[in-house]
Amino acid sequence: MKHIQTLETRDLCESAKQGGCGECQTSCQSACKTSCGIANQQCEKKGENK
Amino acid sequence: MTHRFHLNGMYIVVDPCSGGVHVVDEIAYEMIGAYEQTEREALIRETAERFGESPEEVAACYDQITGLKERGKLFSPDVFEPMAGELKQRTAGVVKALCLHVAHTCNLNCAYCFASQGKYHGERAVMPFEVGKQALDFLVANSGGRKNLEVDFFGGEPLMNFEVVKQLVAYARSIEAEHGKRFRFTLTTNGMLIDDEVIDFANREMSNVVLSLDGRKEIHDRCRVDYAGNGSWERIVPKFQRLVEKRGGKNYYMRGTFTHANPDFLEDIRVMLDLGFTELSMEPVVCAEGDPAALTEEDLPIVMRQYEELARLMLSRRKEGRPFTFYHYMLDLSGGPCIYKRISGCGSGTEYMAVTPWGDLYPCHQFVGEEGFRLGDVWQGVTREAVRQEFAACNVYAREECRDCWARLYCSGGCAANAWHATGSVRGVYRLGCELFRKRMECAIMIQAALATEGQA
Repeated sequence: MKHIQTLETRDLCESAKQGGCGECQTSCQSACKTSCGIANQQCEKKGENK
Repeated sequence: MTHRFHLNGMYIVVDPCSGGVHVVDEIAYEMIGAYEQTEREALIRETAERFGESPEEVAACYDQITGLKERGKLFSPDVFEPMAGELKQRTAGVVKALCLHVAHTCNLNCAYCFASQGKYHGERAVMPFEVGKQALDFLVANSGGRKNLEVDFFGGEPLMNFEVVKQLVAYARSIEAEHGKRFRFTLTTNGMLIDDEVIDFANREMSNVVLSLDGRKEIHDRCRVDYAGNGSWERIVPKFQRLVEKRGGKNYYMRGTFTHANPDFLEDIRVMLDLGFTELSMEPVVCAEGDPAALTEEDLPIVMRQYEELARLMLSRRKEGRPFTFYHYMLDLSGGPCIYKRISGCGSGTEYMAVTPWGDLYPCHQFVGEEGFRLGDVWQGVTREAVRQEFAACNVYAREECRDCWARLYCSGGCAANAWHATGSVRGVYRLGCELFRKRMECAIMIQAALATEGQA
């Protein structure tokens, strides 16, 4: 029996190596304007990085 | 640190510092909870007894947990603190997004408006083209190597200065190529002045359109009234429908605000869906404590239930082939932001600034009118370096309260304006907002978990 199923996620430690280009959208520009969320933003280099 | 929660029949474990998400059975759920405090043999024995499972089976589960720990997917330590501020240091002085307040005036008189009917506690004003042009020049000149620049036309009601909006877009397009930049525009509107010309323009030039609608007619019209006190719902809904219909799949959000009057905001989301809108955002009101619109502690359990029900509704509608988007649940576990973004936050006061109709710069739209936070202006740039530094130093590790929070790398420490309003410091935390955020993230993660395990027994 499989007790644990691990979802595919971006490895945050790995992202330190290639991340930080700053090209992604500013979070408050998209819809909320009154609260802060970062996790729902897209990486501008999606597909290039892991 | 791990975060475990049980939602919609699923046991889910989040490893915040690696970004790992695991869907587990109840045995693994309980063992992960006790793993760090209990010795191996004792934990296996106790778990086997409790669940009536064979020790061998439970041992296999234990070893899976150990394997995940060894691969850095569980119990990961937070090793990012030394990097905090690095992104902002690397990009110091680089501005990539502006919120242009093209109109500090509004044709609605919404009771809950954080901008005081668009005036931001000041005089009514519209932005002259020359000020907006200078703002765009300031943005290009200060954007360093960034290609993508974002400009939001905001107010008040930006369509009350539509001619200048059109001129500014034309000017921006005319300088994009020579500077190697790409402008992405957003328009945030209450819909009152939408006509065919606005629709064609917005659908051609705006990467994103944010349309203000609170949902149910009686809820919307309770706050979103004109100066004669008449509700705006019936006038704007057909215009929004026409705009969205002609938008051809381009990005838009129907953005609502919920208040003490409608903590049961899922009903408002259902109305938006019934009207044919599928890209939705619903935000808790921002106002002073004690304001009749403010959410109360008693509202909280109702709001939490809405978030859970909303997640279930999204899953069921998706199954039926009628999917919709909720802004805060748009979690891309494999393509989301890098760690730099996650620890540096929204960029207010550094890479993102708001511009008043007369050209003053503020850290974001929510600080406009607060003189102590004025950064400078679009001609001289940032002249009050101390204010910029205050925001540059504002990262997830700058807030003591965030250190033990599992969601800190999902929110980056939260909204500086909310924190300032709640505590008097941009480095404070807005506790109610934190509770809502954590619930939203649990729901968003659960949706991803449900989709990933769909069809499995």
